[in-house]
Amino acid sequence: MIAVMAPGVLAPGVVGQGGMPWGLLPLAAVNWHAAFFMLFAALACACAVAVVLADNVVRMAFYLVLSLGATAGLFFLAGAEFIGAMQLMIYVGGTLVLLVFGVMLTAQAPFVAIKPSSGDKVLAGMVGAALLAVLLQAAFRVEAWRRPSVAAPVAAAPSATPLGMALLGIRVDEPPSGAVGTRGGYLLPFEIVSVHLLVVLVGAAYLARAKRRRTPRSIDAAASAVSVQERPAGPAGVPLASGGRR
Amino acid sequence: MNQAIFAGFVTAGWGPTFAAGFLSAPVGVAHYLVVGAVLFTAGVVCMVVKRNALGVLMGIELVLNGANVNFVAFASPDLRGGGTPALGLDGQAIALFVILLAAAEAAVALAITLNFYNNHATVDVDRADELKG
Amino acid sequence: MAAFLINSLGLPDWLAWTVTAVVAAVLILHVIAGGALVFIWAERKIAARIQDRLGPTRTGGRFGWLQSLADGIKLLAKEDLMPEGADGLLFRIAPYVSFCASFCAFIALPFAFDFVGQRLNVGVFFVVAVLGLEVFGVILAGYASASKWSLFGAMREAAQVVSYEVPLGMCVVVPVMLAGSMDLVTIAEKQGGWFTSWYLFHDPFTFVIFWVYVTCAVASVNRAPFDLAEAESELVAGFHTEYSGLRWSFFFMAEYGSMFLVSALAAVLFLGGWNGPIPVARLLGLSEGTGDTAGYFVRLLGCGNLLLKATLGVLIMMWVRWTLPRLRIDQVMTTCLKYCTPIAAAMFAGAMLWQLALPGGLIRGLPAWLSRPAGEVREGWLEGPGGLPAGRGGARAASPSVVRVLP
Repeated sequence: MIAVMAPGVLAPGVVGQGGMPWGLLPLAAVNWHAAFFMLFAALACACAVAVVLADNVVRMAFYLVLSLGATAGLFFLAGAEFIGAMQLMIYVGGTLVLLVFGVMLTAQAPFVAIKPSSGDKVLAGMVGAALLAVLLQAAFRVEAWRRPSVAAPVAAAPSATPLGMALLGIRVDEPPSGAVGTRGGYLLPFEIVSVHLLVVLVGAAYLARAKRRRTPRSIDAAASAVSVQERPAGPAGVPLASGGRR
Repeated sequence: MNQAIFAGFVTAGWGPTFAAGFLSAPVGVAHYLVVGAVLFTAGVVCMVVKRNALGVLMGIELVLNGANVNFVAFASPDLRGGGTPALGLDGQAIALFVILLAAAEAAVALAITLNFYNNHATVDVDRADELKG
Repeated sequence: MAAFLINSLGLPDWLAWTVTAVVAAVLILHVIAGGALVFIWAERKIAARIQDRLGPTRTGGRFGWLQSLADGIKLLAKEDLMPEGADGLLFRIAPYVSFCASFCAFIALPFAFDFVGQRLNVGVFFVVAVLGLEVFGVILAGYASASKWSLFGAMREAAQVVSYEVPLGMCVVVPVMLAGSMDLVTIAEKQGGWFTSWYLFHDPFTFVIFWVYVTCAVASVNRAPFDLAEAESELVAGFHTEYSGLRWSFFFMAEYGSMFLVSALAAVLFLGGWNGPIPVARLLGLSEGTGDTAGYFVRLLGCGNLLLKATLGVLIMMWVRWTLPRLRIDQVMTTCLKYCTPIAAAMFAGAMLWQLALPGGLIRGLPAWLSRPAGEVREGWLEGPGGLPAGRGGARAASPSVVRVLP
């Protein structure tokens, strides 16, 4: 139902095919593609701004989930169905779950809402405004980007199989008109990313392994007090400090 | 009777102006680029302003998503006017790799943050200054 | 349905699509809500019988049919509580996040050949992805309740769901590989005919993968024996300890909706979807691709088939719940990482090799009405301009020329 027809602006008084004066309805014609785009875009932008403005880190994570979910909706509307589903599964359902776990593990009372200084905020605001101005004027620069040639897109071409085959090195999609030369597949980046993910898996699991933290009980505290005097001193004569954490 | 009601709606005037102006204008690449710009800027400001390490990480995710929105917008042939051809499958493939690499980078960043938290009992990035000269 | 509205009633395009979308959404909502009502009653009755007692017998006659309705009215009338230290926004929004994730996955689920909310090219991927989003509602509920039982339950449940997504994804890939498409409608279409063409009976690897899928699906929706996170004897009630009334009922509807969804997904992927064990429509000479009333009747029959299979799946889940003892969290994780994932990977490799070696099936020389089309059938649009081949129903044997990527 997202793949909708071309809208026309119905003038009042238009009589439809069945002879009923549907044209008198107030919403003359709703381009559902544009309506859903507005919905998803507003949600994504509003939640992105909310991530910046929120103080509570758990709420920031929640707004980020909403923003990325709305972005997935935007991907579906642009015809990139595979990328939209992938965004939902990997980004929202994987990366953000990981992030929320991290937030939960470190959401102790003092760190849940750390406020930056106001000087930082003003400077960041100015930088952000300048960057936004530059990007917005670049967005409306090219004439061909402002208005599509079709009023509303027709059903999206199937995107999973050509993408899958491109990842195996075989390009089956039609080349855009005016393109010259042969187009390569993505086999090498695909293999590199696979190995990269494996390396990251091993590395992250090693980095975040649970280390035994020694909390001194009363007996151990006495024992360690005795042993501090016998411990070899560092270069400046100060006893080595970091032994207690490991 | 129904006709009178419909005529009343029309003369109220809110319908046609609302629909014709806002909802029936077709969506082009520029609209997607605006969304991408807002996401990117929000991400950059988030990275700059937040003192919580996880807040900085969220800023990074927003930046990458802004870039992804741009790529997907350029990849779609239905969104652009006559003239330049769309990126097509290449744009979608780039977005795919960006998502994968963002997931990997988020995992490593979180591992580092957790390690930092385990050692220093804080996630405040302003406290990570032991190497300061 | 939109075409019917446009052509016969003369509605403008946008209005016809709006009405169609609203009708589809309302139907799906009724499937979930009505299903939850029926399943709650069924659960209480089945639990009772397995425990050698009777269950609800007073409300609404001898079998207590109106018990769910009475429960619903009671839940609506309960006091709206929120614990003192709870985060207001997150506490209020968590049940709806869970319910939305469960509801959105029904968009891509086909109930019959044309009865699908949105026919997505990446249907399977979308459904599995959205199912994994339900965990956010759980985590938010656990955190926002400001209670340690809720937080523990939520974290355990989230870890369980996320861990079981890996073998679930691998189990789901096998029917996708056999059908050559991620489109759920295509996967179910390819299993048309007699029950021997269901993917469950395609090869022994797929048979084993089906049972691994059942295990992973049950763990994914946190049903017994994997319901450690919300068990009464363990953590009071897990993440929904502090919820009561309508908000709690949203969590419950999300859970029953997810149970129905994974059962329906199993039916579409492995059990032939809307195709019955005997192709009644094909034997009668009707085809489901036509737009007239005979085609509509065939599709309705198919919808009934799918609902029956999904309901059987849910009932089996309930049966297992009241039969098997609960697993500990370390046993749950061991099952996922040491058993389900390696078995799923090995079976996937086996199914792939089987498909390469014996594409036409194990038994040659079967009569035409019992055999599957030989060779790999990929999506027809690869061959030339135009979309998928027209004319389903009788045209399976006359598939268009396929492209064999591998020699």
